Amino acid sequence: MDFLTILGDASRAAIGPEAAIYALAAIGLNMHFGYTGLLNFGQVGFMLVGAYGVAVAVATFSAPLWAGIVIGIALAIVLALLLGIPTLRLRADYLAITTIAAGEILRYVYRSNFASPVTGGVYGLTRFADPLYAINPIPAGQYGFGQLSVSDRSLWIMVISWSLVALACVLMFLIIQSPWGRVIRSVREDEDAARSLGKNVFGYRLQSLVFGGVLGATGGMLLAVYTQAVQPDAYNPVVTFYLYTLLILGGAGRILGPVVGSVIFWFILVFTDSFLRQAIGTGLIPAGLINPTEVGAVRFALVGVGLMLLMIYRPQGILGDRREMMLSDR
Amino acid sequence: MTAETVPRASRLAAVPPEPGVSKPDPILVADDVTRTFGGLRAVQVSRLEVQRGAITALIGPNGAGKTTLFNLLTGFDRADAGSWSFEGRSLAGLPAYRVARAGMVRTFQLTKSLTLLTVLENLKLASRQQTGERFFTALVHPLWRAREESIERLADEMLARFQLDRMRDEFAGTLSGGQRKLLELARALMVRPAMIMLDEPTAGINPALTQSLLRHIQQLRDEGMTILFVEHDMDVVMGISDWVVCMAEGRVIAEGPAASIGSNHAVIDAYLGAHHGRRAGDEELR
Repeated sequence: MDFLTILGDASRAAIGPEAAIYALAAIGLNMHFGYTGLLNFGQVGFMLVGAYGVAVAVATFSAPLWAGIVIGIALAIVLALLLGIPTLRLRADYLAITTIAAGEILRYVYRSNFASPVTGGVYGLTRFADPLYAINPIPAGQYGFGQLSVSDRSLWIMVISWSLVALACVLMFLIIQSPWGRVIRSVREDEDAARSLGKNVFGYRLQSLVFGGVLGATGGMLLAVYTQAVQPDAYNPVVTFYLYTLLILGGAGRILGPVVGSVIFWFILVFTDSFLRQAIGTGLIPAGLINPTEVGAVRFALVGVGLMLLMIYRPQGILGDRREMMLSDR
Repeated sequence: MTAETVPRASRLAAVPPEPGVSKPDPILVADDVTRTFGGLRAVQVSRLEVQRGAITALIGPNGAGKTTLFNLLTGFDRADAGSWSFEGRSLAGLPAYRVARAGMVRTFQLTKSLTLLTVLENLKLASRQQTGERFFTALVHPLWRAREESIERLADEMLARFQLDRMRDEFAGTLSGGQRKLLELARALMVRPAMIMLDEPTAGINPALTQSLLRHIQQLRDEGMTILFVEHDMDVVMGISDWVVCMAEGRVIAEGPAASIGSNHAVIDAYLGAHHGRRAGDEELR
């Protein structure tokens, strides 16, 4: 058993691009769920339109990368309006049903045969982010020390994605402290009270859906340029549930909740994975008990157990306030 | 005294106590407002005028349609038919938030304090003309700071007036039931309405706080506010109302000054049933 390797793997994941990307998408979800009380179960749909916005524009239509980014954001806004206008006047449950369905519809449309000339079908698209790596100012090589070493390429994406996470947190801080944020929180607490005081609840919900959706699309775009590939089945509903998991883990309705949640989520996920593999490899866990091919499933089971313990002993999440949790009558 | 100096409420003295009667200076006028739930006619008000600057009580037995009428007039429910105007402006079909902006603000039977906002935030939220409530303006603090400071001063005055200043920075969810009623009233006033509609303002609060709340309501009337309130407690109704409207089965069945309403036959019938005081079967004997 080499604990240094396990810790190294886990720490690398905790500060890696995926953690930043999930944090960014979860900040958007925090806007929806944590602050506005919108049950968006299709955040992955926003990630998908962002990712494919870039990929299709660049790989299929040979547009410049910046144009792809603009298109990705525009598509997220369009998706938010399409989802929100018919459903945001209704009770919260309807948005949940609509969004989970919309995410799946998008995935099936993008992977379908008739769309494959544009989207690449089930195989997706690759190598559309070269311009971004071409402007990488970090000299080639490995950075860091020991187990925590990353390539210049990864470091470049880490710098970009964590900077975007920081920017998103600053934006969230400014907007939540403002009178706009006050109205948003009042909509979460009691929409009728907000209405009775002259607030256009529908309009505020729509703005929240658009803003959080754009953050989700930004996460999707980062994922696409980081992996230099988009593939429709990577955007399945499970991603949204991971986002909820780490948001609740970190603390919904807290500015840094999704960031802390994402770092811890990825650390635990990779830690259990690496630990199980080593434990099986060294015979600590008999191979007859857990087959190495089952490690992927077992680690999620362990993460699930961990979450259950968290919900029992700290339902407000890492950064949450127990007192607020008790007061809340939602 | 000229008409201008007579308190507007007392100008009701000359109004005959008849359902749907015209008032000298109505702020709210409703015509033929109906709402049915399935086969049930919940509201069927042919004419109702509310006098400006007066306290009008809306009474009636359970199921008379009082709260439904409130919901219709304030845009929280859609009327099947009818028209109503507030300060001469038609409000029929407007969404609730625009009714509030027009100057007609309501409270709820079950208080809706915004639990996870502080008491101060509850009040500041209700204030109007804060450009920081727009998304892009909100990101630039200097654009809305000055307005925020003046709102906060107003809110602090309001908190002092309603003796809520000690709770200023507490979550509204920590307030007692009575304090929540006061908070809701103070919050409604922050919208600067011309008329407030209170749905059972004294329900579930202790007698001392009820007295304090009623004094506040009378004081508001003396400052020129129009108040329409639903109430079940007859002592409260008789104590502070300038005018009483009684509903039953969706209709306005009687109107008049508080003193006259207690002896009104239609009201007694509505509350006690048309056959009270007679033995069962009397009808057939006659």
